[in-house]
Amino acid sequence: MASLFDHAIRLGDDALILGQRLSEWAGHAPMLEIDLALSNIGLDLIGQATHFLKLAGEEEGKGRDADALAFRRDVLDFRNCLLVEQPNGDFAQTIARQFLFSNWQELLMTEIAAAPAPALSAIGAKAVKEVAYHARYASEWVVRLGDGTEESRARMVAGLDSMWRFVDELFDPADGAASLRPAWDARIADTLHAASLDVPKPRRAVTGGRRGHHSEHLGHLLTEMQFLQRAYPGVTW
Amino acid sequence: MVESVLDVLSRVPDPEIPVVSVVDLGIVREVRDDAVVITPTYSGCPATLAIEAGIRAALDASGHGDMKIETVLSPPWTTDWISEEGRAKLHAYGIAPPSRSQVVCPRCASTDTEEISRFGSTPCKALHRCRACGEPFDLFKCH
Repeated sequence: MASLFDHAIRLGDDALILGQRLSEWAGHAPMLEIDLALSNIGLDLIGQATHFLKLAGEEEGKGRDADALAFRRDVLDFRNCLLVEQPNGDFAQTIARQFLFSNWQELLMTEIAAAPAPALSAIGAKAVKEVAYHARYASEWVVRLGDGTEESRARMVAGLDSMWRFVDELFDPADGAASLRPAWDARIADTLHAASLDVPKPRRAVTGGRRGHHSEHLGHLLTEMQFLQRAYPGVTW
Repeated sequence: MVESVLDVLSRVPDPEIPVVSVVDLGIVREVRDDAVVITPTYSGCPATLAIEAGIRAALDASGHGDMKIETVLSPPWTTDWISEEGRAKLHAYGIAPPSRSQVVCPRCASTDTEEISRFGSTPCKALHRCRACGEPFDLFKCH
């Protein structure tokens, strides 16, 4: 069973990396409302990451705070799942990633909110209220795009296709998340049905993020996210 | 002592919506003899640090420099903790207070309103429009 530190690092890194990815949309989204929504979702995630990484740092007891863990670790030390580090692609690809992740995260945070570790459950109880919005937002867009024009449908199918091989990693039995799979499958199937889309066929899973084996994309993301602390270590506003 | 600290805190404005205080919003959870206990609204609300700094400054300026500020996450903040006075102030400021039933236009009081976007200018607000008077307005989301 993973330690509280391992658990908090994973949850924190998932939220941090996806929050950073979403922030790349700021000023570039197809509509102002989407720009605001993606920025807000990213902000929620970065806030959750701050709480989880702060807890991880306290648990570790080596004086590392949330900022130290976010800005002064290198690629191999990150424990996020591969799904969240995938590039934004087009809007449909971003929505596909969010749809798969937020539905999983909502189930996970609900479970964590009821977990015995009080520090972890407090963060989970707070996060679940926020994540419910994210899951609903992404699911509504999956329906809108899937059930929209030929073009939007083709892009939504391609988006789901590009992200589907990263799904199995979310339910790695080593993380104790395998029990969430049936509920997640049901939620995903419901929304895809409403979008008149098929559930993608199973395919060979790509995993490794939880062990620090990341895609090349994560390094590029960190280069930008960590630039200031790398160039001016310890700088504050 | 506790009363005088609460009085000080009730004059500390929320940095994003300065018409309401940190007490009105339910951010201040408890005032003890040695500490003020606060809770963040949304996990990622950028105002959290400004709120803590505002409270610190107000405590220091009113002779309560010895009081600590503690942050708790549990139970999670909810809009149910916004005071009646806070709700009235939001409405008067042009932000519809959180409602589990009808959303009322803060300008013309019509209930004929629609959601434009569930995400607005800050994490706590959604964008709505009044069909009666045509004005867009912010809604403080139920949370």
